[in-house]
Amino acid sequence: MHIELRDIRKTFGDVRANDGISLAFEPGRIYGLLGENGAGKSTLMKILAGYQPADSGRILLNGQPAHFATPADALRRGVGMVYQDPLDFPPFTVLENYLLGRDRAVNLDFRQAAAELRAILDRYGFAVDMDAAIGSLSLGERQQLELVRLLAGGAQALILDEPTTGISASQKDALFATMRRMAAEEGKSIILVSHKLEEIQELCGHAFVLRKGQLVGETALPCPNRALVEMMFGQVPERTPRPPAAVEQPLLEISGLGVRTQRLTVGDINLSIRRGEVFGLAGLEGSGQALLMKAVAGLLPAASGRIALDGLDITHLDYHQTRAAGVAYVAAGRLEEGLIAGLSLTEHILLAAPRRDQTFFIRWGAARETTSGRIALCEVVGVPDSTAEQLSGGNQQRMLYAMLNEGLRLILLDQPTRGLDVRSADYIWELLYARRREGTAILFYSPDLDEIIERSDRIAVFSGGVMSRIVEAARTTADELGHLIGGQQ
Amino acid sequence: MKVVPLLKRIWPLMPVLASLAFILALLLIFGADPATAFQALWQGAFGSRDRLLGTLAFWIPLALCAIGLMLTFTAGLWNIGVEGQLILGSIGASWVALNLKGQPAWVLIPLELLAAMAAGALWAALSALLKTRGKVHEIFSGLALTNLAIILTNYLISGPWQPPEGGSFRGTQPFQEAALLPRLFDSRFSPLSLVLMSIALVIVAVLLGNTTWGLKLKALGRNSRSAFLLGVSSEREAVIAMMACGALAGLGGAVRVLSWFDSLRQSISGGIGFLALLVVMLSAYRMFWVPFVAFFFSAVLQGSITLQLRTQLHSSLGGILTGVLVLLTLLFGDYNHLRRLRKESRPDE
Amino acid sequence: MNDTLLVRILASIALQAAPLMIAVTGETLTERAGVVNLSLDGKMLMAAMTGFVVAYTTGSLILGFLAAALVGALFALIVAFGSITLKHNQVAIGFVLTLLGADLSAFLGQNFTRLPGPSVGKFAVPYLKDLPVLGPIFFNQNAIFYFAILLVAAAWWWLFRTQPGLHLRGAGERPEAAFARGASVTRLRYLYTVLGGALVGVAGASYSLGIKIGWSEGHTAGLGWIALAIVIFGGWSPARGALGAVVFGATKSLATVFQQNVQGVSVVAFNTLPWLLMIGVLLLVSSDWVARVANLLPPRLRGGFLRLVQVTPPRALGVEFGQE
Repeated sequence: MHIELRDIRKTFGDVRANDGISLAFEPGRIYGLLGENGAGKSTLMKILAGYQPADSGRILLNGQPAHFATPADALRRGVGMVYQDPLDFPPFTVLENYLLGRDRAVNLDFRQAAAELRAILDRYGFAVDMDAAIGSLSLGERQQLELVRLLAGGAQALILDEPTTGISASQKDALFATMRRMAAEEGKSIILVSHKLEEIQELCGHAFVLRKGQLVGETALPCPNRALVEMMFGQVPERTPRPPAAVEQPLLEISGLGVRTQRLTVGDINLSIRRGEVFGLAGLEGSGQALLMKAVAGLLPAASGRIALDGLDITHLDYHQTRAAGVAYVAAGRLEEGLIAGLSLTEHILLAAPRRDQTFFIRWGAARETTSGRIALCEVVGVPDSTAEQLSGGNQQRMLYAMLNEGLRLILLDQPTRGLDVRSADYIWELLYARRREGTAILFYSPDLDEIIERSDRIAVFSGGVMSRIVEAARTTADELGHLIGGQQ
Repeated sequence: MKVVPLLKRIWPLMPVLASLAFILALLLIFGADPATAFQALWQGAFGSRDRLLGTLAFWIPLALCAIGLMLTFTAGLWNIGVEGQLILGSIGASWVALNLKGQPAWVLIPLELLAAMAAGALWAALSALLKTRGKVHEIFSGLALTNLAIILTNYLISGPWQPPEGGSFRGTQPFQEAALLPRLFDSRFSPLSLVLMSIALVIVAVLLGNTTWGLKLKALGRNSRSAFLLGVSSEREAVIAMMACGALAGLGGAVRVLSWFDSLRQSISGGIGFLALLVVMLSAYRMFWVPFVAFFFSAVLQGSITLQLRTQLHSSLGGILTGVLVLLTLLFGDYNHLRRLRKESRPDE
Repeated sequence: MNDTLLVRILASIALQAAPLMIAVTGETLTERAGVVNLSLDGKMLMAAMTGFVVAYTTGSLILGFLAAALVGALFALIVAFGSITLKHNQVAIGFVLTLLGADLSAFLGQNFTRLPGPSVGKFAVPYLKDLPVLGPIFFNQNAIFYFAILLVAAAWWWLFRTQPGLHLRGAGERPEAAFARGASVTRLRYLYTVLGGALVGVAGASYSLGIKIGWSEGHTAGLGWIALAIVIFGGWSPARGALGAVVFGATKSLATVFQQNVQGVSVVAFNTLPWLLMIGVLLLVSSDWVARVANLLPPRLRGGFLRLVQVTPPRALGVEFGQE
């Protein structure tokens, strides 16, 4: 099936997620859609798959205009999408999940469905226990089932959104083999959405690259990684050489740390961060960086190993105790994790204050004054009585910094400059550097490689739960990081 | 174009008018003369000195419960068990009144009030712990504990605290005079209870508006995840808020036995706890409105008793009026909310 | 043998459980679609009153039940409209309707209290009624009992064996995924909220027309709240919910039986039973210590034990759904 997208536009609030994108996919080929986080890949594909409507623009299937009200509509016309978080029903059995929406008959024919499902699974060499609950399967198996469901529904074009995040190497190989077969033997168009260069190079014959909602380039593959990275991130800017951290004393010592969640296991992390050091974590979202930071913050229990802060064992402290020990954690969630809608900025500053500074009665005058100072310092556009949800996204981000207390030993930052323009990001980093002069160390994750290279002293890269060797920011290149992100040592 | 601001201003009155229309319809269906009925309602609440004092006396425990509920609602808790906490307060006060004989009022009354508050707080603590430790939603534990409190009352009245002259299911024997709150003109209204209620009102208003603890409750109620990340311990604050509410409801229970009645009765609460939940909802969870709304409720319910006497219509009409009013206000009272919804459903504009 | 005390008690338990089963099934359908309708207690009172009054004045039981179902559906419609369309707090609306239902039923039914009226009679199943023990318990029962059993079976079949049932569960489990498979989440939620309300209405009427015949203020005595707790205990399954209904029905009929037959047993102890049981079963299915107890078991038994005891609510229960 020939698919063409013409001048697709979609805005969320004041963000232009898709800003006039036009591209076309031919049958029987495998495409890569590349771009950093927030480049607009997922939005574009959700529009193509009928999950959300575009503000404007057209979708043409074999030259005929198509309008999808729902994903089920799109599938009827032959377009199906496997989401990064599979859209299935965890408590259902595999068969129930397969059957939901399959046909219109009232009575469910489990036997016939089982035979049907078994046949497709066998054809593509997938092995899934059909009596199991979806929730007990691995992410890879759930993706396979989604794929199978779409194929059974008659999909001619398949979109896979970050399909290899959180699945094992062997599952990945099986998935790739299947995709090649489907393209070559069955003439299906396949679109792989990813920011893993290695995979795109390995599987796809053609790549489209998005940046900030626009198509910024396309190329036949394979091609040098550097060309793709430049398209994804723009020109890699000249860096000012970063002087090493002032003090050599170790502050945070992590040895043999392991963290386990349902989706991902991170094992055997050894890391020593010095006072005043800025340490960057690179990698795709969900590769383990967040787990490391949460384990240090006391938000996730360590399955093994030891975390020490200034010689004090903080492995088993809970979040509030860790916080009292001088560790601040700034989450990426803003209004979900960090700010409270309906509370004023002053109230936020009061709540965030260390316990010893909290008085029984609130001295509103003094608190407003403190808040005025803090928000002026962090350039939050607002007044002390503004409520959190009245601030714009960038100001909410700056407010998170205004809430950081004095005298911290370690600051953990999840995507520190998300949604900030270049100038504000620069300013936030200036403030953070001022703290490092007092000996505060900073550990942060950013999806933006430039930011990591430019701001860190040292960098570690996460890939599928494994931490790479540690590289000096001053001596690394985007190319090297790209390789490490792709999982090569 | 000037229509919109005017509409916005008079909007909150719409539910009032609509619920009055609903009552009017009910009256007509049941063949009652609306003029007589509304007159009876008014006179029952304010028609004479005694009736006004009755309205005041009913108002106090209702307001006490509602004031306490401001704490739990602020913390995001549905303390439906407030009814049971009030009943336990009545039992606590009665226990002191029945067991400490021959003591002067200045000894008895403080002890009664303290016992009532402790009993109410205890009942609330059970609810809170069942939630924080056992993950049982406070609506269910509160409801079960309320029913257990009612059964306990009936047991006490028909068992250990039975009047000596024999098995009456209606109440204990009247307490000694020194155990009762001093009342105005032989009415059911005790000025002391008004003083206590006013103090409670001020304390809770200050707690919510001007203390770090109140701020923590507010944070918890609005976004418990962010509150946790900002260092608020949700279990501790939730338990304290529930117990404080229980103590105030317990105080209300003491007022019920020590001034409204003179003994522990079978339906000691009269549904005041449940009503208090409606009071807070209609006040839009704002402290300023709580005493006024509570007074309005009290007037309607007192009035509906006279209504029943004069028109032979069931006194639940008062409850219907307040219930429909709260329902309509919840659904349609927020003009801005409705406008936002309209905008969302028409994104092209 | 067929008229021993034990058999009579068991037969009475089965009958007491019937209205609970109907109400639990109705609310289970609603909650499975993702909506909490807290107004159960008020709805049941209104329906009990309406059912009796209509049956009394028209002389038709069928009309009584229909009117009760209509009243239940109407209350549910208010909850659906308020929470789905107006996006208000489901708990607040449900609670207000609970209180309103109590007052409204007291007022509207004031001229019909303590009157003798029509009632649903026994229906003996030919042949089966003569079975020893089972006959009098299950096959010489009130018609309401048969309805309840058939309803539970039908609801179970609908939920777990049909395509619409998959859609219904999907809407309460992951509305965004159900939407992706072509379900109209809003429509489904409206539909099952109203249907659930109608069933709760039938439950209320079956109480006033079959169990405790007639009408008086507060007639159903907290039954709605108990049904709400059983929905949780039942793990949102009609079959397990029916089991819960039997357990609670037992406390009720045991209290009655002991009061009549045994001297010196305190009524108080029996009255507390349903409420203690309510807290107990909720603790059992939701608290963490069950998992801790499970850890003491041999690993082979652990999974089965937890599946048997613990329940998980539909993931999107009470969660709004709006497509982008």
